Amino acid sequence: MTGRTPSSLRATALAELDVIRARHPEQFRTDIAGRLRLLAVLGAILGLAAYGMWALEFSLARILGGLGRLGGFALEMLPPSAGGRFGVFLHALAETLGIAFLGTLTAAILAFPVAFLAARNVVPNPFARFAVRRGLDVIRSVDVLIWALIWINVVGLGPFAGALAIACSDVGAFGKLFSEAIETCDRRPAEGVVASGGSALHRIRFGLIPGVLPVLASQVLYFFESNTRSATIIGIVGAGGIGQYLTELIRVLELQQVAFLVLMILVTVAVIDWVSGRLRRAIIGGAAR
Amino acid sequence: MRRLTPLPPQRAADLVGRYAAERAGARRRFLIGLAVMAVLVVLAGYAAEVRPLVLAANIGKFTAYLGQIVPVLRPAHLGEDVAEWYWGLPKWLKLLGETLLMAYLGTLLGAVGGFVLCFVAAGNLVRSAALRFAAKRYLEICRTVPEIVFALIFVIAFGLGPMVGVLALAIHTTGALGKLFSEVVENIDMKPVEGLTGTGASWVETVRFAVLPQVLSNFASYALLRFEINVRGAGVMGFVGAGGIGQELLIAIRNFYYSDVSAILLLIVLTVFAIDLGTEKLRHHLIGAEGTQ
Repeated sequence: MTGRTPSSLRATALAELDVIRARHPEQFRTDIAGRLRLLAVLGAILGLAAYGMWALEFSLARILGGLGRLGGFALEMLPPSAGGRFGVFLHALAETLGIAFLGTLTAAILAFPVAFLAARNVVPNPFARFAVRRGLDVIRSVDVLIWALIWINVVGLGPFAGALAIACSDVGAFGKLFSEAIETCDRRPAEGVVASGGSALHRIRFGLIPGVLPVLASQVLYFFESNTRSATIIGIVGAGGIGQYLTELIRVLELQQVAFLVLMILVTVAVIDWVSGRLRRAIIGGAAR
Repeated sequence: MRRLTPLPPQRAADLVGRYAAERAGARRRFLIGLAVMAVLVVLAGYAAEVRPLVLAANIGKFTAYLGQIVPVLRPAHLGEDVAEWYWGLPKWLKLLGETLLMAYLGTLLGAVGGFVLCFVAAGNLVRSAALRFAAKRYLEICRTVPEIVFALIFVIAFGLGPMVGVLALAIHTTGALGKLFSEVVENIDMKPVEGLTGTGASWVETVRFAVLPQVLSNFASYALLRFEINVRGAGVMGFVGAGGIGQELLIAIRNFYYSDVSAILLLIVLTVFAIDLGTEKLRHHLIGAEGTQ
C-alpha cells in the first residue's frame, strides 16, 4: 500500500486531467441547454422578486431605520416582566387553551362523519364525493381570523367566537385529512366483514373505523398543537385569548410585558408539543403492535 | 373436506371468559377516556366562556348573515347586478395582486433564509454542536411566533404597508422551511458526501456537489407548499395594517358592507383555489422529474 493522502490523489488527478478528459468526454461536456434553462428559471424568479420589491415600495432607508427601532425595542424588552398582571395573563392563557381544545374537538367531531362521505372506498359516487370535497376546500381556504370576524358578528366579542372560528376552519382541514386516511386504510378487514355477511354500516364500523381511529387521533393531536398557536393570535380581532393582551400591549409599547407574554406562549407551546408528541407516539405505537 | 371439531368444553369456556374479560377491559378504558374527556371539555368550556344558549339564540343571526352577504342577482338584470356587486373590482384586483406578491416575496426571502440555515442546522453536516444548537433554536423561535405577531411589532418599527407583511412572512417562513429543509438534509444518502470529502473538497463544495443535487427538488416542493400557506397568511396581514386585501375585508366586515364581504371572500377563495391547483401541478412535476432520474 502506498499511503496516498486525499490531497495527493487530487494532485494526481489534476496532473492527468487531459488524459481523463480524453477518456471520459461525456463527463466533462458542458450541458449548455440545461444551464440556459436554469438561468432562465433563475432570471424569472429574481425578475419577479425585483418587480415585487418595486411594486411593494421596499426602501432600504425604511428597512435600516426600522431595524434601528427594532434593536431599541429588543433592548426595551429586557427584562421581561408581567407588570403585576401575571394572574390576568394566566387566565388569558387558560382561555387560549380552552379555545384551542374546544375548537379542535368540535371540528374533529363534525368532520368525522363528513370525511366518510368524501372517501372513495365509502362513497363510490364521484359527484357526491366531488361536491363534499369542494365544500371542504372552500371552508379551508377562509383563514381562521376571517372566521373569527364572522362569528363575532353572531355571538359577540369573546373567546366563544374564537372557539367557533377554530372549529370552522379546521372542519375543512380535518375533512380532507380524515378522508385521505380512510382511503389509504387497509382494505382487507372491510372485505372480511362484507364476506361474513356484514351490511354497509357494519363494514364501516368494524372494517374501517378500528383501522383509521389511531391515525385520526394523532392528526387531531397534531392540530391541537398548531391550534394552540392559532388561538394565541385570534385575540387580534377580539375573539378572546392571550392575543387580545398581546395586541393591546404591543400597541401601547409595553414591551417588557410583551416579552413576558411571548415567553409564556413559547413555553406553553413547547409543553403542549411535548405532551401531544408523547401521546401521539403512544397512540401510533399502540396501532402498530 | 375436514370437519371443524368443536373445542373441548373446558377450553371453550376459558376462551369465552378471556374474551369477555378483554372486552370488559376495553370498555372500561373507553369509559375512563370518555370521563377524562368530559372533564376536559367542561374545564375548557368554562375557560372559553362557551355559552350554548347564546349560540342557540343567535344561530339565526349566522344564517341571516350568510343570507345578507349573498348578493341580489336577478336573472333579468344579471349583468348590472354583477357589476354592482363587484363595483370595486379594479381596486380589489390590485390589492389581490399585492397580496400574491407579498406571499411570493415572503416565501422567496424565507426560503433563502431557510436554505442558508438548514445546512448549519443539519446534524450530519455540521460537527459543532453549539452552532447547530444556535441555528435550531433560532429557527424554532421564528417558527413558533405567529407571523401576524411579527407583523404587529414590525408595523410599529417600519410603518404601515405591504413591506412589513413581506418581512413578517419571510421570518416565519424561514423558521418553518429551515426545519423542513434540515430534516430533508439529515435524510440524504451520505455516500456522495464521503466521496467528495475523500477527494479533498471544501465544506461549501461538498454541499454544492454532494448534498444539493439530492435535496433540491424536495426543497422546491416544500417551498411551493409554503407559498400556498403564505397566500392565506398574506390575505389577513391587512388586519394589522401590513398590506394586502385583508384591510378591505376587515373594513367591509366591521362596517357591515354585506355584498362587499361576499365579493372579496369569493375573490380570496378563488385565488387560493387557483394557487393550490397550480402549485400541486408544479409539485407533481418536480417529484415526477426526480423519480425518473
